[in-house]
Amino acid sequence: MAAGAELTPTSYITHHLGFLQKPVGTGDFWVLHVDTIVTSIILGVLAFGFLWWVVRGATAGVPNRRQAFVELAIEFVDDQVKGIFHGDRHSFVAPAALTVFVWVLLMNAMDFLPVDIVAKVLGAVGLHEWRMVPTADVNTTFALALAVWFLMIFYSVKVKGLGGWIHELFCSPFGSNPLLWPANFLLNVIEYVSKPLSHSLRLYGNMYAGEIIFLLLGLWAATGLAGTVFGAILGAGWAIFHILIVVLQAFIFMMLTVVYLAMAHESH
Amino acid sequence: MNINLTLISQAVAFAIFIWFTVRFVWPPLRNAIETRQKTIADGLAAAERGKHDLELAARRSADVLRETKDKSAELLTQAERRAQQIVEDAKAAARVEADKVIASAKAEIDQEAERAKQHLRERVAELAVAGAEKILRREVNATAHADMLSALKQEL
Repeated sequence: MAAGAELTPTSYITHHLGFLQKPVGTGDFWVLHVDTIVTSIILGVLAFGFLWWVVRGATAGVPNRRQAFVELAIEFVDDQVKGIFHGDRHSFVAPAALTVFVWVLLMNAMDFLPVDIVAKVLGAVGLHEWRMVPTADVNTTFALALAVWFLMIFYSVKVKGLGGWIHELFCSPFGSNPLLWPANFLLNVIEYVSKPLSHSLRLYGNMYAGEIIFLLLGLWAATGLAGTVFGAILGAGWAIFHILIVVLQAFIFMMLTVVYLAMAHESH
Repeated sequence: MNINLTLISQAVAFAIFIWFTVRFVWPPLRNAIETRQKTIADGLAAAERGKHDLELAARRSADVLRETKDKSAELLTQAERRAQQIVEDAKAAARVEADKVIASAKAEIDQEAERAKQHLRERVAELAVAGAEKILRREVNATAHADMLSALKQEL
């Protein structure tokens, strides 16, 4: 960091973990994380713009490399969805799963960018606080998980009817005896609360932890030449290992989305 | 971990991206993939059918070949038999003709011999007469034959 003498490990880490906040009202809630929003939207527009661009020129004949690559991704997602969701997956569930997978994968992949170089470049254009990994912001993962949660409730009600859904809240999984209603309801409420929490916090925790480790390794560079060398080597090692985590977490997030939506479509 | 308005904006962005994928990305590519799958399946089926047809054609051609072979063998034996018969016929005809020629030659020879005999017979009398004349000219004298001549005279 250019700040030199006043730089301490604590200030280094808090600097890198600080959001570019923009208050839009009074109170803690009315704040926007501009970095998270801008990065995620740029990534989303790039990813889905690319998909759209490829799909617009798609041919049923021999596909070119670009199309084959996109088809590979789509077939991969479609295969996963096919195994879990039994119904008309093409109308919503499979494309939604593709959206989740592609978007989360790209947002996770921002973790590969070297934190300090990005901070330097963005600092040079006046953006001193910028978190590059949108999925290391709990707002993003919660937004995704809650959106899936609402979709889950929407499809539960749509497939089973409002009465059917309420009946299921009270009568499954233990049985429809009125004595069991409180137990059933309690279990269902816990399930409904825990689903978005585990869904979002799993991704958030993995990405946040990954970021922290990169920062700690970066911190090592402050101790001298040996620290810099070892920090670089271990940073490379962690980045390679992180490739697995990035893809795996995106995959898990997609699979859970599909599983939750599939469960909403099935009656107990 | 501070939940704030970012959550709402991210959820809205997520919803828009899902809508975009559902509406514009998934269906066209899905169609393209399914159309290609169908084309490939049709092509494979056609290839299978072609293979089957080829097998049938091969079997048929083998049948035809065998039939033709049988027929040609039969024709060959027939032709051989016919050729033999022609040779036999020609031989028989030649023998008959030869016999005829021989017979006619024999007849001619016989006739010629008969004619020579006839001729000879005619000449034999003449020779006998001439011989007799010569013998007579030398033997006949009056004394030797006076008895006979006198007897002849008596009878007159």
